[in-house]
Amino acid sequence: MKRITTPISEAVIRDLKVGDEVLLTGRVVLSRDIGHKYMVEHKPEWLKPLLAEAVIYHCGPVVAQHPDGHWSFVAAGPTTSIREEPYQADVLETYNVRGVIGKGGMGRKTSDALGKVGACYFHATGGAGALLAERVKRVVDVKMLEEFGSPEAFWIIEVEDFPLVVTMDSHGGSLHEEVASASQDRAKALMAQK
Amino acid sequence: MTSCPMPTLTPMATVEAKSVLPKDWFADLGQPETLDLTLAVTELIRRATSRMPQDIIEALVASRNGEAEGSRAANTLDTMLENITLADDHVAPLCQDTGTVIFWVRHPFGFSQLRIKEQIRSAVRECTSRSWLRPNCVEALSGKNPGNNMDPFGEGHPVIHFEEWAQPGIAVAVMLKGGGCENVGAQYRLPDAALGAGRDLGGVRKCVIDAVAKAQGQGCSPGILGVAIGGDRVTGYEKSKEVILRKLGTANPDPKLDAFERRLMEDVNSLGIGPMGYGGHTTALGVLVTEMFRHPASFFVSISYMCWSSRRMELRLDAGGRPSFR
Repeated sequence: MKRITTPISEAVIRDLKVGDEVLLTGRVVLSRDIGHKYMVEHKPEWLKPLLAEAVIYHCGPVVAQHPDGHWSFVAAGPTTSIREEPYQADVLETYNVRGVIGKGGMGRKTSDALGKVGACYFHATGGAGALLAERVKRVVDVKMLEEFGSPEAFWIIEVEDFPLVVTMDSHGGSLHEEVASASQDRAKALMAQK
Repeated sequence: MTSCPMPTLTPMATVEAKSVLPKDWFADLGQPETLDLTLAVTELIRRATSRMPQDIIEALVASRNGEAEGSRAANTLDTMLENITLADDHVAPLCQDTGTVIFWVRHPFGFSQLRIKEQIRSAVRECTSRSWLRPNCVEALSGKNPGNNMDPFGEGHPVIHFEEWAQPGIAVAVMLKGGGCENVGAQYRLPDAALGAGRDLGGVRKCVIDAVAKAQGQGCSPGILGVAIGGDRVTGYEKSKEVILRKLGTANPDPKLDAFERRLMEDVNSLGIGPMGYGGHTTALGVLVTEMFRHPASFFVSISYMCWSSRRMELRLDAGGRPSFR
């Protein structure tokens, strides 16, 4: 198990390989469908200092607002990442992001961008919403809450020991491609049986 | 290989103490017009969203013990089990995707479905405002979210199936069906030339293997597969969800299908997809199959994929109107 902390340097990322298990501490920005489209179409400047050498998380959390106005996360597991494939490479390059957290993996275009900018795709355990919310230590801010609604807003959070697996690294490796290829061969063999 | 301990959920006394139902609450089923299920259904959803059924926990533990110590598969299953304990302890949603909310209501003659529907809808709104359900019901085209889980166009969500039955009590089952796993469901029409699948159990087997291989980890594996053989396109898919209400570890009442389920479990768990698609021996926790009628010209195989976080719960009111949850 490796521990990494934001801001993350390129060297730390280049050292990570597919299959590594990681505990992440530091700043994470949540964004999913509407947010990714918005980042590519509007390239908002205010996001740059928030995202530089930090990590994007594909997640639509269940949140609670307390009487004094502050927010906390109740459940916050990953959503399926492939929906952001058209946008992710552009976002990685524009904002100098060091990692993307999600589930299910992403495509070739994103993989190429990970290599180019020096970033990793980190997989979180889907469905572990309560546990992952527990590792969110603080909700720092939320942007575009009115405009996008709570599951789609940019939530800026601090996490501690957030458990992740590197499933796409900055060297072109993808655990998803490896598992898909081997399992599809096995499926063919099974189907050939009587 | 060491084995992991069975997670302990909070004792029933604690669950009862946190209940939104008043102590000793019951419904007078002799006076159907007075029936109000709002609080009982609120409690049903509270438990469904935060408390994993015991059969699923046992299946996860058994799978964990079948994975090599220290492997990604074992660690991931440990994370899932830890999540189950935390959600129960905090009365928090097990998963932030609290899904499409689906009910099956069975009641005796004389009860108003209009009223029960309004009571269920009211319970769903209440659970959404309490953060037990995420607002998951949006306009199809614009994506606009009314924020209360109510269908903006009609009364399509929450989904409610009603059935009048000949028993004296009432049963309300709920399933929280996440979007990621719903997206990897599939429906096949046999014969299927590409798969080499004919109109028999061997053909059905190929459909299930194909669907699981295509799903990879994206439905949050290890999944539970509901398989309906037959029906039309609508009833087949409906039945493939309903069959997921069956407890894991219970035998299929049809011995031929029971043997088929066991073989399919071996098949899909040999694919190597593993928990979350990281590789491993655990790709499915269960395969649940049912046979239906069909039109002579059609042979559909409908497959619903339920994520490992199989959130389902049933409220029963016995003949005396006393509630229990199972």
